[in-house]
Amino acid sequence: MRDLSVDIHKLHLKNPVMSASGTFGYGPEFEDFFDVNKLGGILTKACTSKNRDGNRYPRMAETPMGMLNSVGLQNKGVDYFIEAIYPRIKSYDTHIIVNVSDSTIEGYVEVAEKLLPLDKIGGIELNISCPNVKEGGMAFGTSCPMAAAVTKAVRRVYPKTLIVKLSPNVTSIEEIALAVEGEGADSVSLINTLLGMAIDAEKRRPLLSTITGGLSGPAIKPIALRMVWQVAKTVKIPVIGMGGISNATDAIEFLLAGATAVQVGTANFIDPSVCSGIIDGIETYLERHNFNSVTEIIGALRT
Amino acid sequence: MKKYMQDFKIIQNRRITPDYFVLELECPEILPEILPGQFAEVRVDHSPQTYLRRPISIYDVDYRSNRLKLLIKKVGIGSAKLFDLTKGLTLNLIYPLGNSFSLPEGNKVLLVGGGVGCAPLLLLAKQLNSKGVIVHALIGGRTDRDIVDVEKFSTYCKSVYITTDDGSLGEMGMVTQHSLFADEVLDYSKIYSCGPDAMMRAIARLATFKGIDCEVSLENLMACGIGACLCCIVETSEGNKTTCVQGPVFNIRDLKGWS
Repeated sequence: MRDLSVDIHKLHLKNPVMSASGTFGYGPEFEDFFDVNKLGGILTKACTSKNRDGNRYPRMAETPMGMLNSVGLQNKGVDYFIEAIYPRIKSYDTHIIVNVSDSTIEGYVEVAEKLLPLDKIGGIELNISCPNVKEGGMAFGTSCPMAAAVTKAVRRVYPKTLIVKLSPNVTSIEEIALAVEGEGADSVSLINTLLGMAIDAEKRRPLLSTITGGLSGPAIKPIALRMVWQVAKTVKIPVIGMGGISNATDAIEFLLAGATAVQVGTANFIDPSVCSGIIDGIETYLERHNFNSVTEIIGALRT
Repeated sequence: MKKYMQDFKIIQNRRITPDYFVLELECPEILPEILPGQFAEVRVDHSPQTYLRRPISIYDVDYRSNRLKLLIKKVGIGSAKLFDLTKGLTLNLIYPLGNSFSLPEGNKVLLVGGGVGCAPLLLLAKQLNSKGVIVHALIGGRTDRDIVDVEKFSTYCKSVYITTDDGSLGEMGMVTQHSLFADEVLDYSKIYSCGPDAMMRAIARLATFKGIDCEVSLENLMACGIGACLCCIVETSEGNKTTCVQGPVFNIRDLKGWS
């Protein structure tokens, strides 16, 4: 048995593998496929202050080795989460981290305040990087002052673990990471989806109702890996890496690049048990290379 | 219902026309119960252009041999890869997914299928027939090459009506133009439909006009198939619903703009 555990601020994860927000529902959707308690953590679908219907259909387009989505944060709001969803998942033996988004800083603060009393929710992930909403979302994540402001406002009311999820749709992701670290973020997670587009040439129409959407899947992995490496060198807080991770080797690459933990997203759609195999694969790698703890490979890239 | 992810063995790839084929697949374990209208998410291997699984209706089930069948039409890169699969290879499925058609109030129903949309209706015809319901089927296609396995439907249906756009088989025109609808009073207690969106909407309007209960099976684009991604939503009287978990079968009275 190798030690797979890692720490993200106050959260002690049994292993570094978490499910990414928006790709794993709230957990129950995947119970038929593997024991979700095996995960290091579950990032919930985004939670906003009010009910959101999301964008119109079509919201998805398949692209080479990936997909575009423009779901647009569909969820029933934080009150519904607390009343209807939380009771169903609070007995999980894994960390549940709620992904928090909204259109205004006040909205982010409201959601964070309402989630604070929930014992099982040890942390939140501020989603300042959703490319699919007209207001808020990515707008907060693409400018340093905005990213700093929303982090500062939530930090003031939320003493538990605060992760900020960064957008790759920026010139310098290191500057945004530094800005949120400066306002007290405990960790940064990256990358959210890349803004993309797909066209049906025969119909001369966009494939998404919103024209543009967020690109995810293996297609974005090299970009994600580069950004994780850049940010991990720049900030002192732990980095959570994601972007196209589909197997244990992918996950290990992110750890070597400097991520303390990883999130698995779109791959859950192709293999709903993929996270289980990734956890096993990391352990096998540690054994094969004779490492006692996964922490020994974090940032261990030989350059 | 519990969902499974399993490697099925391909027993046969029966090519019916240049575009339509039926994959007969054997389950490695005892096949769980599969309801009419449910589907499988099929993984397409060795195809970097098609990263996602393909949602495909379950066409037929044989519990004695632990086999199921998928009726597929070659339309894009993914289905073309499936078309090329041969006996002995494996195919990974996540199944059984989605809800199912509901039983009718009365004793006589009409199934309306368009092209490959007939796929979920065969299992439904089989089920209703076994319960003593009198089943009629109306199958439409662009040409006679889109009308497949009529004899299979005949096994469970009292009559099978056919239309083709070009008149190459059955009555010429669209399904809604078939002479059976000319009757003032239709005594079907329910109409079940699956096919192109425009066809199902036309059937829905007709059912509404005639005051007949109607269910349709939607084929919205989907990624996960298990209610996680929320890509396949449809607008209903109760807000957005997922086609993959809360569908694919919906009563038209619940769909916004359908009745």
